[in-house]
Amino acid sequence: MSSLLTQEVPIAWYLLLSAALFSLGVLGFLIKRNLITVFMSIELMLNAVNLSFVTFAHQWHAVKGQIFVFFVMMVAAAEAAVGLAIIIAVFRVRATLAVDRIDLMKL
Amino acid sequence: MTAPLNLWLIPLLPFAGFLINGILGRRLPKWLVTIVALLAPLASFAVVLSDAVSIYLRGTIQAAPACAMCGPGPGFGFPYVETCPQPWIDLGALHIDFSFVLDQLSLVMLLVVTGVGFLIHVYSVGYMSHDEGYARYFSYLNLFLFFMTVLVLSGNALLMFVGWEGVGMASYLLIGFWFQKNSAADAGKKAFIVNRIGDFGFLIGMFLLLANFGTLTFTEIAAKLGQDPGWQGGVVTVIALCLLLGAAGKSAQLPLHVWLPDAMEGPTPVSAFIHAATMVTTGVYMIARTHVLFDHSPFALSVVAIVGAVTAIFAATIGLVQNDIKRVLAYSTISQLGYMFLGCGVAAYSAAIFHLVTHAFFKALLFLAAGSVIHAIGGEQDLRRMGGLWKKLPVTFAVTTIGVLAIAGFPPFAGFFSKDAILYAAYGQGANGKALWFVGVVTALLTSFYMFRLWYLAFWGKPRGESAPHHSTPWSMLGPLVIFALLSICGGWIGIEPSGGLFNMFNWINMERFSGFLAPAVGAGAAEGGSAQLEFTLSSAAVGVALLGWLLAHLFYRQKSRLPARLAAAHPGGYKLLANKYYVDEFYGATVVKPLLAISTYFLGWVVDKALLGGAAWLLGGIATFAGALLQRWQSGNIRSYAAWLAAGAAAVLLFVVVPWPDVLASLSAIHLGGAGR
Repeated sequence: MSSLLTQEVPIAWYLLLSAALFSLGVLGFLIKRNLITVFMSIELMLNAVNLSFVTFAHQWHAVKGQIFVFFVMMVAAAEAAVGLAIIIAVFRVRATLAVDRIDLMKL
Repeated sequence: MTAPLNLWLIPLLPFAGFLINGILGRRLPKWLVTIVALLAPLASFAVVLSDAVSIYLRGTIQAAPACAMCGPGPGFGFPYVETCPQPWIDLGALHIDFSFVLDQLSLVMLLVVTGVGFLIHVYSVGYMSHDEGYARYFSYLNLFLFFMTVLVLSGNALLMFVGWEGVGMASYLLIGFWFQKNSAADAGKKAFIVNRIGDFGFLIGMFLLLANFGTLTFTEIAAKLGQDPGWQGGVVTVIALCLLLGAAGKSAQLPLHVWLPDAMEGPTPVSAFIHAATMVTTGVYMIARTHVLFDHSPFALSVVAIVGAVTAIFAATIGLVQNDIKRVLAYSTISQLGYMFLGCGVAAYSAAIFHLVTHAFFKALLFLAAGSVIHAIGGEQDLRRMGGLWKKLPVTFAVTTIGVLAIAGFPPFAGFFSKDAILYAAYGQGANGKALWFVGVVTALLTSFYMFRLWYLAFWGKPRGESAPHHSTPWSMLGPLVIFALLSICGGWIGIEPSGGLFNMFNWINMERFSGFLAPAVGAGAAEGGSAQLEFTLSSAAVGVALLGWLLAHLFYRQKSRLPARLAAAHPGGYKLLANKYYVDEFYGATVVKPLLAISTYFLGWVVDKALLGGAAWLLGGIATFAGALLQRWQSGNIRSYAAWLAAGAAAVLLFVVVPWPDVLASLSAIHLGGAGR
């Protein structure tokens, strides 16, 4: 039992988790109709990628991966701000958030 | 060192005229167009003349050693060669220079072409003055002169071919000058297509020359033929016959003569210049230029003679019954060209060229006179509606009389000398020569008859049409007529012994001056063993038949003007045969044109074009449409479906990259083999 505690988590597990999260994100993106859920799915995919970045950074003792994660998080934050603003604007005009309905550039 | 002769100026000046009038002519005032159009051939003629004079003054007429590669030989000997320093075509063994050659032959031809050309340009100023396409007409005429001088000056067969095709094109443009008229446009096409058949022969001849001699330069071919006496018959005959086909096309010899009578649709000065005096004689010129080939092939030479003789009498018989004044002259041209071929065929090249020169004078005269008649009476060309014109058009009447006497062969007019030179040369050719001579004499009889028929119908008797002269003939037209009339009288005298006096006229045929002058270029005439007695007899016979023709025409068309109609009624078959030109056009129509049209319409048009090509196009279009309809479903416009495809693609790439396929395959096959082994 103690060996289990002291043992490091194998890298494959991290990667499997990352892949699972990413796949869930893709699935959500493809399946869900609500714009906000789609948006959250994108965030999920971004964070899955972040996880694998961190994993590899730890594995190879390279700091580059960690820095990348900061960039991704920053972009994600900006995206969230802009995206949510757009979503609110769309909702005000169309009164719906179903992605199938929002298929015209022209509002 | 002496100044160069500037041969390149001779073609270039008319070309400049063509460019100026062709591009700017519509915007230039008419007087300026006229000046440009006249200046170009005049300047060209002046260059030729000054070259001739400068050669004579230096007195180096004898052939100087000069090769095509090294330019002019010492001094100004003939042949004088002017070569562009840059090679024209340089492909391995094939080396062709852009070279102009001036020798006795091309000098004579150039003087005729540019001299006659200038006079006809002057005449055209009057004749075409009312035409809308004034500038266009002169630009074409200058273009023709450009190509014609290139043809004459060229030192190799290829450059000659360029000129050859060029004059064909200019001729096409000028025959179809009044292209609004359907018949004119058709005549232009006919001339061009029939000429293409001849050009095909010329081309094949050139390829054979290249294959067998490795050069197209005339002097080099002559040198190679001279070195090896083994060149006799065989391939030389084939080459010569191919060239003959080309010459027959251009010079309207049987069986390619059909285009020339139709070519009379063009303006009359064009008929005079291109379709009588110069372009149609290029076939004769070409044979004279390549005479070494013919000299090495007796068979080809006799074919030339036979073609010439048959054409001469064939066209003359048709000329007997034609009623269009220009068509009579056209058939007479074909007939006279036949004489020239006959002369070439008995290796009397200088006699043929002599006849070419005199024929250029008197036939240009006759055509221009006919043009003057047509112009004066408002476009009427039918001899049956003329008559009594001698009072109204005295100058035209006088010059036509001179032209008729010249072509009929009365001394001392030009035609007498050259025609007799050919007949005499033919007579000296053994038994075949006697037959050729006989055909020639009969043709002379017919020629005399139909020319006097024209003369009587047009100028004598009572006016038969409502043809009061519409306009008087301007001096720009009468001037050239008078000059041509003088040339038709005196043109033959260049062949006379200077010391002989008038009585020597029947005894002149040694033709020392002219043939002696041409001899270095075309070889000495073949007529040997003749005597003064024989010459006198033959000349007298020729004049006798000419006189007989005149008397017959007088009888038929002056005294008993019902006689021709009665004769035609008595022999309807014969008359119809002649009036319909032996049905050659109909024959070609049935055997060549109709089948070709049928093949074009049904096979090429329907099977190949519509079924095969059209079907292939439809098939390709159908495939594209079908594939598009399939792929269209992919482009749903649904973003999530695009995203799904994107993800699927990414997964596929991942699968491809990550999975070690070679190992997988290897293990799979191992399992399979193991299974099989067990």
